[in-house]
Amino acid sequence: MRYHWNWVVVVTEPYLGWILTGLMWTVLVAAAAWVIAFSLGSVIGIARTVKSRPVRVVAGSFVEIFRNVPLIVQMFLWYFVLPEVVPRSIGIWLKRDLPHAEFWTAVVCLGIYTACRVAEQVRSGIGAIGKGQTYAGLATGLTPVQVYRHILLPVGYRIIVPALTTEFLSIFKNSSLALTIGVLELTGTTRKISELSAQPMEMFLTATALYGAVTLGVTALMRVVEARSRVPGLIVAETQ
Amino acid sequence: MTAFTPAYIEKILPLLWDGMQVTLLLTALSLAGGGALGTLLAVLRLSRRKPVALAAATYVNLFRSLPLILLIFWFYFLVPLIVGHSVGGFYSALTGFILFEAAYFCEIIRSGIQSVRRGQILAGLATGLTYRQTMHAIVLPQALRNMLPVLLTESINLFKSTALVYVVGVRDFLTTAGMVGTRDNTFVGMYVLVALVYFVLCLGASLSVGRLQRRYAL
Repeated sequence: MRYHWNWVVVVTEPYLGWILTGLMWTVLVAAAAWVIAFSLGSVIGIARTVKSRPVRVVAGSFVEIFRNVPLIVQMFLWYFVLPEVVPRSIGIWLKRDLPHAEFWTAVVCLGIYTACRVAEQVRSGIGAIGKGQTYAGLATGLTPVQVYRHILLPVGYRIIVPALTTEFLSIFKNSSLALTIGVLELTGTTRKISELSAQPMEMFLTATALYGAVTLGVTALMRVVEARSRVPGLIVAETQ
Repeated sequence: MTAFTPAYIEKILPLLWDGMQVTLLLTALSLAGGGALGTLLAVLRLSRRKPVALAAATYVNLFRSLPLILLIFWFYFLVPLIVGHSVGGFYSALTGFILFEAAYFCEIIRSGIQSVRRGQILAGLATGLTYRQTMHAIVLPQALRNMLPVLLTESINLFKSTALVYVVGVRDFLTTAGMVGTRDNTFVGMYVLVALVYFVLCLGASLSVGRLQRRYAL
Protein backbone atom coordinates (compact mmCIF):
# COMPACT_ATOMS: atom_id res chain seq x y z
CA MET A 1 0.00 0.00 0.00
CA ARG A 2 1.71 3.14 -1.22
CA TYR A 3 0.16 6.51 -0.68
CA HIS A 4 1.66 9.95 -0.97
CA TRP A 5 0.36 12.06 1.91
CA ASN A 6 -0.10 15.76 1.40
CA TRP A 7 -2.16 17.38 4.13
CA VAL A 8 -1.48 20.88 2.83
CA VAL A 9 -4.14 20.29 0.20
CA VAL A 10 -6.87 20.49 2.86
CA VAL A 11 -6.01 24.08 3.80
CA THR A 12 -5.20 25.21 0.27
CA GLU A 13 -7.59 27.58 -1.47
CA PRO A 14 -9.99 27.06 -3.10
CA TYR A 15 -10.35 23.63 -1.46
CA LEU A 16 -10.62 24.93 2.11
CA GLY A 17 -13.39 27.31 1.08
CA TRP A 18 -15.19 24.50 -0.76
CA ILE A 19 -15.05 22.21 2.25
CA LEU A 20 -16.50 24.90 4.52
CA THR A 21 -19.21 25.69 1.96
CA GLY A 22 -19.95 21.96 1.75
CA LEU A 23 -20.29 21.76 5.52
CA MET A 24 -22.60 24.77 5.40
CA TRP A 25 -24.89 23.09 2.86
CA THR A 26 -24.94 19.91 4.94
CA VAL A 27 -26.00 21.88 8.02
CA LEU A 28 -28.54 23.92 6.02
CA VAL A 29 -30.15 20.85 4.42
CA ALA A 30 -30.30 19.04 7.75
CA ALA A 31 -31.66 22.03 9.68
CA ALA A 32 -34.30 22.98 7.12
CA ALA A 33 -35.38 19.36 6.68
CA TRP A 34 -35.61 18.99 10.46
CA VAL A 35 -38.13 21.86 10.61
CA ILE A 36 -40.39 19.91 8.23
CA ALA A 37 -39.64 16.58 9.90
CA PHE A 38 -40.44 17.80 13.38
CA SER A 39 -43.60 19.77 12.59
CA LEU A 40 -45.11 17.38 10.02
CA GLY A 41 -43.96 14.39 12.07
CA SER A 42 -45.72 15.75 15.14
CA VAL A 43 -48.97 16.26 13.23
CA ILE A 44 -48.86 12.75 11.72
CA GLY A 45 -47.80 11.16 14.99
CA ILE A 46 -50.68 12.79 16.86
CA ALA A 47 -53.07 11.88 14.04
CA ARG A 48 -52.13 8.23 14.56
CA THR A 49 -53.33 8.37 18.18
CA VAL A 50 -56.69 10.12 17.78
CA LYS A 51 -60.08 8.46 18.15
CA SER A 52 -61.24 8.89 14.53
CA ARG A 53 -60.42 5.78 12.52
CA PRO A 54 -60.23 7.45 9.05
CA VAL A 55 -57.68 9.97 10.35
CA ARG A 56 -55.58 7.16 11.82
CA VAL A 57 -55.72 5.16 8.58
CA VAL A 58 -54.68 8.15 6.43
CA ALA A 59 -51.79 9.01 8.75
CA GLY A 60 -50.76 5.35 8.94
CA SER A 61 -50.76 4.95 5.14
CA PHE A 62 -48.67 8.09 4.78
CA VAL A 63 -46.07 6.64 7.12
CA GLU A 64 -46.01 3.26 5.36
CA ILE A 65 -45.59 4.81 1.90
CA PHE A 66 -42.59 6.93 2.82
CA ARG A 67 -41.02 4.34 5.08
CA ASN A 68 -40.95 1.52 2.54
CA VAL A 69 -39.26 3.23 -0.40
CA PRO A 70 -35.48 3.80 -0.28
CA LEU A 71 -34.59 7.42 0.39
CA ILE A 72 -32.47 7.69 -2.77
CA VAL A 73 -35.45 6.55 -4.87
CA GLN A 74 -37.63 9.16 -3.17
CA MET A 75 -34.97 11.77 -3.96
CA PHE A 76 -35.20 10.83 -7.67
CA LEU A 77 -39.00 10.86 -7.59
CA TRP A 78 -39.07 14.40 -6.20
CA TYR A 79 -36.32 15.68 -8.46
CA PHE A 80 -36.83 13.91 -11.81
CA VAL A 81 -40.42 12.65 -11.77
CA LEU A 82 -42.43 15.31 -9.95
CA PRO A 83 -41.75 18.15 -12.47
CA GLU A 84 -42.94 15.84 -15.28
CA VAL A 85 -46.23 14.76 -13.73
CA VAL A 86 -47.49 18.07 -12.34
CA PRO A 87 -49.20 20.62 -14.65
CA ARG A 88 -46.76 21.96 -17.23
CA SER A 89 -46.41 25.48 -15.84
CA ILE A 90 -45.55 24.23 -12.36
CA GLY A 91 -43.13 21.70 -13.85
CA ILE A 92 -41.31 24.40 -15.77
CA TRP A 93 -41.16 26.59 -12.67
CA LEU A 94 -39.71 23.69 -10.65
CA LYS A 95 -37.09 22.93 -13.28
CA ARG A 96 -36.16 26.40 -14.46
CA ASP A 97 -37.20 29.23 -12.17
CA LEU A 98 -37.00 27.88 -8.63
CA PRO A 99 -33.72 29.16 -7.19
CA HIS A 100 -31.58 26.40 -5.61
CA ALA A 101 -34.03 23.78 -6.86
CA GLU A 102 -31.77 20.89 -5.78
CA PHE A 103 -31.50 22.28 -2.29
CA TRP A 104 -35.25 22.67 -1.80
CA THR A 105 -35.96 19.30 -3.35
CA ALA A 106 -33.51 17.65 -0.97
CA VAL A 107 -35.01 19.51 1.99
CA VAL A 108 -38.60 18.53 1.15
CA CYS A 109 -37.65 14.91 0.40
CA LEU A 110 -35.55 14.43 3.52
CA GLY A 111 -38.05 16.36 5.64
CA ILE A 112 -41.03 14.22 4.67
CA TYR A 113 -39.05 10.97 4.92
CA THR A 114 -37.86 11.81 8.42
CA ALA A 115 -41.30 13.16 9.38
CA CYS A 116 -42.60 9.60 9.11
CA ARG A 117 -39.93 8.35 11.47
CA VAL A 118 -40.56 11.24 13.89
CA ALA A 119 -44.28 10.44 13.69
CA GLU A 120 -43.60 6.91 14.92
CA GLN A 121 -41.62 8.28 17.85
CA VAL A 122 -44.34 10.80 18.74
CA ARG A 123 -46.94 8.05 18.58
CA SER A 124 -44.92 5.76 20.81
CA GLY A 125 -44.26 8.62 23.23
CA ILE A 126 -47.98 9.30 23.57
CA GLY A 127 -48.67 5.57 23.76
CA ALA A 128 -46.19 5.16 26.61
CA ILE A 129 -48.13 7.48 28.89
CA GLY A 130 -50.98 5.13 29.65
CA LYS A 131 -54.71 5.53 29.25
CA GLY A 132 -55.25 6.39 32.91
CA GLN A 133 -53.93 9.91 32.47
CA THR A 134 -56.23 10.55 29.50
CA TYR A 135 -59.25 9.31 31.47
CA ALA A 136 -58.23 11.37 34.47
CA GLY A 137 -57.91 14.46 32.29
CA LEU A 138 -61.29 13.90 30.65
CA ALA A 139 -62.90 13.17 34.03
CA THR A 140 -61.73 16.50 35.41
CA GLY A 141 -63.57 18.21 32.57
CA LEU A 142 -60.76 18.83 30.05
CA THR A 143 -61.68 18.63 26.37
CA PRO A 144 -59.76 16.07 24.26
CA VAL A 145 -57.72 18.93 22.75
CA GLN A 146 -56.83 20.15 26.23
CA VAL A 147 -55.83 16.61 27.24
CA TYR A 148 -53.32 16.57 24.36
CA ARG A 149 -52.19 20.13 25.00
CA HIS A 150 -51.65 19.87 28.75
CA ILE A 151 -51.03 16.19 29.47
CA LEU A 152 -50.14 13.92 26.55
CA LEU A 153 -47.86 16.19 24.51
CA PRO A 154 -45.76 17.73 27.30
CA VAL A 155 -45.06 14.30 28.80
CA GLY A 156 -44.85 12.48 25.46
CA TYR A 157 -42.20 14.80 24.03
CA ARG A 158 -40.11 14.53 27.18
CA ILE A 159 -40.18 10.75 26.88
CA ILE A 160 -38.94 10.75 23.28
CA VAL A 161 -36.11 13.29 23.56
CA PRO A 162 -33.43 10.54 23.20
CA ALA A 163 -35.22 9.04 20.19
CA LEU A 164 -35.52 12.47 18.57
CA THR A 165 -31.78 12.99 19.04
CA THR A 166 -31.22 9.78 17.07
CA GLU A 167 -33.58 11.01 14.35
CA PHE A 168 -31.83 14.36 14.15
CA LEU A 169 -28.46 12.69 13.77
CA SER A 170 -29.88 10.45 11.06
CA ILE A 171 -31.25 13.46 9.14
CA PHE A 172 -27.78 15.00 9.42
CA LYS A 173 -26.15 11.87 7.97
CA ASN A 174 -28.88 11.35 5.37
CA SER A 175 -28.37 14.90 4.09
CA SER A 176 -25.43 13.39 2.20
CA LEU A 177 -27.99 11.88 -0.21
CA ALA A 178 -28.56 15.40 -1.53
CA LEU A 179 -25.37 14.88 -3.55
CA THR A 180 -27.25 12.43 -5.80
CA ILE A 181 -29.30 15.33 -7.18
CA GLY A 182 -26.37 17.75 -7.34
CA VAL A 183 -26.19 19.55 -4.00
CA LEU A 184 -22.50 19.92 -3.20
CA GLU A 185 -22.74 19.19 0.52
CA LEU A 186 -19.87 17.88 2.61
CA THR A 187 -19.62 14.35 1.19
CA GLY A 188 -20.13 15.50 -2.41
CA THR A 189 -17.56 18.27 -2.03
CA THR A 190 -14.85 16.08 -0.51
CA ARG A 191 -15.51 13.49 -3.21
CA LYS A 192 -15.13 16.16 -5.88
CA ILE A 193 -11.93 17.57 -4.37
CA SER A 194 -10.47 14.09 -3.95
CA GLU A 195 -10.77 13.66 -7.71
CA LEU A 196 -9.39 17.10 -8.55
CA SER A 197 -6.49 16.98 -6.12
CA ALA A 198 -5.79 13.23 -6.27
CA GLN A 199 -5.60 13.22 -2.45
CA PRO A 200 -8.69 11.19 -1.48
CA MET A 201 -7.28 9.98 1.86
CA GLU A 202 -6.94 13.51 3.28
CA MET A 203 -10.33 14.55 1.92
CA PHE A 204 -12.28 11.58 3.25
CA LEU A 205 -10.50 11.80 6.61
CA THR A 206 -11.47 15.47 6.80
CA ALA A 207 -15.11 14.66 6.03
CA THR A 208 -15.05 11.78 8.54
CA ALA A 209 -13.64 14.06 11.23
CA LEU A 210 -16.22 16.78 10.52
CA TYR A 211 -19.17 14.36 10.61
CA GLY A 212 -17.77 12.77 13.76
CA ALA A 213 -17.28 16.16 15.42
CA VAL A 214 -20.83 17.30 14.71
CA THR A 215 -22.24 13.96 15.91
CA LEU A 216 -20.19 14.13 19.12
CA GLY A 217 -21.19 17.76 19.68
CA VAL A 218 -24.90 17.11 19.18
CA THR A 219 -24.75 13.97 21.36
CA ALA A 220 -23.02 15.84 24.20
CA LEU A 221 -25.48 18.73 23.99
CA MET A 222 -28.49 16.42 23.92
CA ARG A 223 -27.21 14.45 26.91
CA VAL A 224 -27.63 17.62 28.97
CA VAL A 225 -31.09 18.24 27.50
CA GLU A 226 -32.05 14.61 28.12
CA ALA A 227 -30.94 14.79 31.73
CA ARG A 228 -33.06 17.90 32.29
CA SER A 229 -36.13 16.74 30.41
CA ARG A 230 -36.28 13.20 31.78
CA VAL A 231 -39.62 12.36 33.36
CA PRO A 232 -38.83 11.19 36.90
CA GLY A 233 -39.70 7.57 37.54
CA LEU A 234 -40.47 6.75 33.93
CA ILE A 235 -38.21 4.42 32.03
CA VAL A 236 -39.16 3.85 28.44
CA ALA A 237 -37.15 1.81 26.00
CA GLU A 238 -36.18 3.65 22.85
CA THR A 239 -38.09 2.40 19.84
CA GLN A 240 -35.98 2.26 16.79
CA MET B 1 -39.97 8.98 -26.02
CA THR B 2 -40.77 5.27 -25.80
CA ALA B 3 -44.24 4.59 -24.48
CA PHE B 4 -44.31 3.02 -21.05
CA THR B 5 -46.60 0.11 -21.94
CA PRO B 6 -46.90 -3.42 -20.55
CA ALA B 7 -45.13 -4.64 -23.69
CA TYR B 8 -42.23 -2.30 -23.01
CA ILE B 9 -42.01 -3.42 -19.38
CA GLU B 10 -41.98 -7.03 -20.53
CA LYS B 11 -39.12 -6.24 -22.88
CA ILE B 12 -36.93 -4.65 -20.21
CA LEU B 13 -37.89 -7.09 -17.48
CA PRO B 14 -34.83 -9.37 -17.94
CA LEU B 15 -32.54 -6.36 -17.50
CA LEU B 16 -34.36 -5.27 -14.35
CA TRP B 17 -34.22 -8.81 -12.99
CA ASP B 18 -30.44 -8.82 -13.49
CA GLY B 19 -30.31 -5.62 -11.46
CA MET B 20 -32.56 -7.04 -8.77
CA GLN B 21 -30.29 -10.09 -8.48
CA VAL B 22 -27.34 -7.79 -7.78
CA THR B 23 -29.42 -5.98 -5.14
CA LEU B 24 -30.45 -9.27 -3.53
CA LEU B 25 -26.92 -10.68 -3.62
CA LEU B 26 -25.51 -7.52 -2.09
CA THR B 27 -28.17 -7.63 0.64
CA ALA B 28 -27.59 -11.33 1.40
CA LEU B 29 -23.80 -11.08 1.54
CA SER B 30 -23.87 -7.87 3.63
CA LEU B 31 -26.35 -9.54 5.95
CA ALA B 32 -24.18 -12.62 6.43
CA GLY B 33 -20.96 -10.65 6.83
CA GLY B 34 -22.48 -7.87 8.92
CA GLY B 35 -24.32 -10.37 11.11
CA ALA B 36 -21.17 -12.42 11.81
CA LEU B 37 -18.99 -9.39 12.48
CA GLY B 38 -21.78 -7.76 14.49
CA THR B 39 -22.13 -10.82 16.73
CA LEU B 40 -18.39 -10.79 17.36
CA LEU B 41 -18.48 -7.07 18.16
CA ALA B 42 -21.40 -7.56 20.56
CA VAL B 43 -19.48 -10.25 22.44
CA LEU B 44 -16.44 -7.95 22.59
CA ARG B 45 -18.56 -5.01 23.78
CA LEU B 46 -19.97 -7.10 26.61
CA SER B 47 -16.49 -8.28 27.57
CA ARG B 48 -15.34 -7.70 31.15
CA ARG B 49 -11.95 -6.55 29.85
CA LYS B 50 -12.27 -2.77 29.65
CA PRO B 51 -9.89 -2.09 26.70
CA VAL B 52 -11.63 -4.72 24.56
CA ALA B 53 -15.09 -3.36 25.33
CA LEU B 54 -13.88 0.17 24.70
CA ALA B 55 -12.33 -0.71 21.35
CA ALA B 56 -15.56 -2.37 20.18
CA ALA B 57 -17.61 0.59 21.42
CA THR B 58 -15.37 3.03 19.57
CA TYR B 59 -15.77 1.05 16.36
CA VAL B 60 -19.55 1.05 16.71
CA ASN B 61 -19.79 4.75 17.53
CA LEU B 62 -17.47 5.75 14.71
CA PHE B 63 -19.35 3.81 12.06
CA ARG B 64 -22.73 4.95 13.35
CA SER B 65 -21.72 8.60 13.15
CA LEU B 66 -20.86 8.49 9.43
CA PRO B 67 -23.17 8.73 6.43
CA LEU B 68 -23.32 5.46 4.49
CA ILE B 69 -22.55 7.27 1.24
CA LEU B 70 -19.28 8.57 2.67
CA LEU B 71 -18.36 5.01 3.68
CA ILE B 72 -19.18 3.74 0.21
CA PHE B 73 -16.84 6.38 -1.25
CA TRP B 74 -14.22 5.51 1.38
CA PHE B 75 -14.13 1.86 0.46
CA TYR B 76 -14.49 2.49 -3.24
CA PHE B 77 -11.14 4.19 -2.99
CA LEU B 78 -9.56 2.27 -0.08
CA VAL B 79 -10.20 -1.37 -1.03
CA PRO B 80 -8.29 -1.26 -4.35
CA LEU B 81 -5.47 0.58 -2.56
CA ILE B 82 -5.18 -2.17 0.06
CA VAL B 83 -5.69 -5.11 -2.29
CA GLY B 84 -3.32 -3.60 -4.84
CA HIS B 85 -5.56 -3.89 -7.86
CA SER B 86 -9.01 -2.78 -8.98
CA VAL B 87 -11.83 -4.95 -7.60
CA GLY B 88 -14.84 -3.12 -9.00
CA GLY B 89 -17.61 -1.25 -7.27
CA PHE B 90 -19.48 -4.31 -6.06
CA TYR B 91 -16.80 -5.69 -3.74
CA SER B 92 -15.83 -2.23 -2.49
CA ALA B 93 -19.44 -1.41 -1.68
CA LEU B 94 -19.92 -4.85 -0.11
CA THR B 95 -16.96 -4.24 2.22
CA GLY B 96 -18.45 -0.91 3.24
CA PHE B 97 -21.90 -2.44 3.87
CA ILE B 98 -20.50 -5.30 5.96
CA LEU B 99 -18.45 -3.00 8.19
CA PHE B 100 -21.30 -0.50 8.47
CA GLU B 101 -24.05 -3.00 9.21
CA ALA B 102 -21.85 -4.80 11.74
CA ALA B 103 -22.02 -1.69 13.94
CA TYR B 104 -25.83 -1.70 13.83
CA PHE B 105 -26.18 -5.47 14.31
CA CYS B 106 -23.77 -5.26 17.25
CA GLU B 107 -26.09 -2.85 19.06
CA ILE B 108 -29.19 -4.93 18.33
CA ILE B 109 -27.55 -8.14 19.56
CA ARG B 110 -26.08 -6.46 22.62
CA SER B 111 -29.38 -4.96 23.71
CA GLY B 112 -31.05 -8.32 23.00
CA ILE B 113 -28.67 -10.08 25.37
CA GLN B 114 -29.02 -7.32 27.95
CA SER B 115 -32.82 -7.53 27.72
CA VAL B 116 -32.68 -10.87 29.55
CA ARG B 117 -32.92 -10.04 33.23
CA ARG B 118 -29.88 -10.58 35.36
CA GLY B 119 -31.88 -12.67 37.82
CA GLN B 120 -32.25 -15.37 35.17
CA ILE B 121 -28.49 -15.74 34.83
CA LEU B 122 -28.10 -15.86 38.60
CA ALA B 123 -30.89 -18.43 38.86
CA GLY B 124 -29.24 -20.54 36.17
CA LEU B 125 -25.91 -20.44 37.92
CA ALA B 126 -27.58 -21.19 41.27
CA THR B 127 -29.16 -24.37 39.91
CA GLY B 128 -25.66 -25.61 39.11
CA LEU B 129 -25.42 -24.83 35.38
CA THR B 130 -22.07 -23.58 34.13
CA TYR B 131 -21.84 -20.05 32.68
CA ARG B 132 -21.70 -21.50 29.19
CA GLN B 133 -24.77 -23.69 29.81
CA THR B 134 -26.64 -20.73 31.29
CA MET B 135 -25.90 -18.63 28.22
CA HIS B 136 -26.79 -21.45 25.86
CA ALA B 137 -29.96 -22.76 27.52
CA ILE B 138 -31.40 -19.67 29.21
CA VAL B 139 -30.08 -16.35 27.97
CA LEU B 140 -29.58 -16.80 24.23
CA PRO B 141 -32.96 -18.40 23.38
CA GLN B 142 -34.77 -15.52 25.06
CA ALA B 143 -32.41 -12.90 23.69
CA LEU B 144 -32.89 -14.24 20.17
CA ARG B 145 -36.67 -14.09 20.46
CA ASN B 146 -36.46 -10.54 21.79
CA MET B 147 -34.20 -9.28 19.05
CA LEU B 148 -35.53 -11.21 16.07
CA PRO B 149 -38.08 -8.56 14.95
CA VAL B 150 -35.46 -5.81 15.22
CA LEU B 151 -32.92 -7.90 13.32
CA LEU B 152 -35.44 -8.50 10.53
CA THR B 153 -36.41 -4.82 10.40
CA GLU B 154 -32.74 -3.91 10.15
CA SER B 155 -32.40 -6.41 7.30
CA ILE B 156 -35.22 -4.64 5.44
CA ASN B 157 -33.41 -1.34 6.05
CA LEU B 158 -30.27 -2.87 4.62
CA PHE B 159 -32.17 -4.01 1.54
CA LYS B 160 -33.32 -0.42 0.99
CA SER B 161 -29.87 1.01 1.74
CA THR B 162 -28.19 -1.08 -0.96
CA ALA B 163 -29.79 1.25 -3.52
CA LEU B 164 -27.07 3.73 -2.49
CA VAL B 165 -24.52 1.80 -4.57
CA TYR B 166 -25.96 3.95 -7.35
CA VAL B 167 -23.33 6.55 -6.38
CA VAL B 168 -20.46 4.29 -7.46
CA GLY B 169 -22.26 2.88 -10.48
CA VAL B 170 -22.83 -0.71 -9.31
CA ARG B 171 -25.58 -2.09 -11.55
CA ASP B 172 -28.17 -2.90 -8.90
CA PHE B 173 -31.92 -2.58 -9.40
CA LEU B 174 -32.04 1.22 -9.15
CA THR B 175 -28.95 1.86 -11.29
CA THR B 176 -30.15 -0.52 -14.00
CA ALA B 177 -33.59 1.07 -14.07
CA GLY B 178 -31.99 4.51 -14.21
CA MET B 179 -29.78 3.49 -17.12
CA VAL B 180 -32.65 1.96 -19.07
CA GLY B 181 -34.77 5.03 -18.30
CA THR B 182 -32.10 7.35 -19.64
CA ARG B 183 -31.48 5.21 -22.72
CA ASP B 184 -35.16 5.00 -23.72
CA ASN B 185 -36.18 8.34 -22.19
CA THR B 186 -38.67 6.54 -19.96
CA PHE B 187 -37.16 7.61 -16.63
CA VAL B 188 -40.46 8.91 -15.24
CA GLY B 189 -42.08 5.51 -15.58
CA MET B 190 -38.92 3.70 -14.56
CA TYR B 191 -38.46 5.55 -11.28
CA VAL B 192 -42.14 5.12 -10.42
CA LEU B 193 -41.81 1.40 -11.18
CA VAL B 194 -38.69 1.13 -9.01
CA ALA B 195 -40.47 2.89 -6.13
CA LEU B 196 -43.48 0.55 -6.49
CA VAL B 197 -41.33 -2.60 -6.49
CA TYR B 198 -39.41 -1.50 -3.40
CA PHE B 199 -42.65 -0.46 -1.72
CA VAL B 200 -44.39 -3.78 -2.31
CA LEU B 201 -41.38 -5.85 -1.24
CA CYS B 202 -40.59 -3.81 1.87
CA LEU B 203 -44.20 -3.42 2.98
CA GLY B 204 -44.79 -7.15 2.53
CA ALA B 205 -41.67 -7.96 4.49
CA SER B 206 -42.42 -5.55 7.32
CA LEU B 207 -46.02 -6.81 7.62
CA SER B 208 -44.66 -10.36 7.93
CA VAL B 209 -42.22 -9.22 10.60
CA GLY B 210 -45.13 -7.66 12.50
CA ARG B 211 -47.11 -10.91 12.31
CA LEU B 212 -44.07 -12.91 13.43
CA GLN B 213 -43.54 -10.54 16.33
CA ARG B 214 -47.10 -10.93 17.57
CA ARG B 215 -46.82 -14.69 17.42
CA TYR B 216 -43.42 -15.14 19.05
CA ALA B 217 -43.25 -12.24 21.49
CA LEU B 218 -42.38 -13.31 25.00
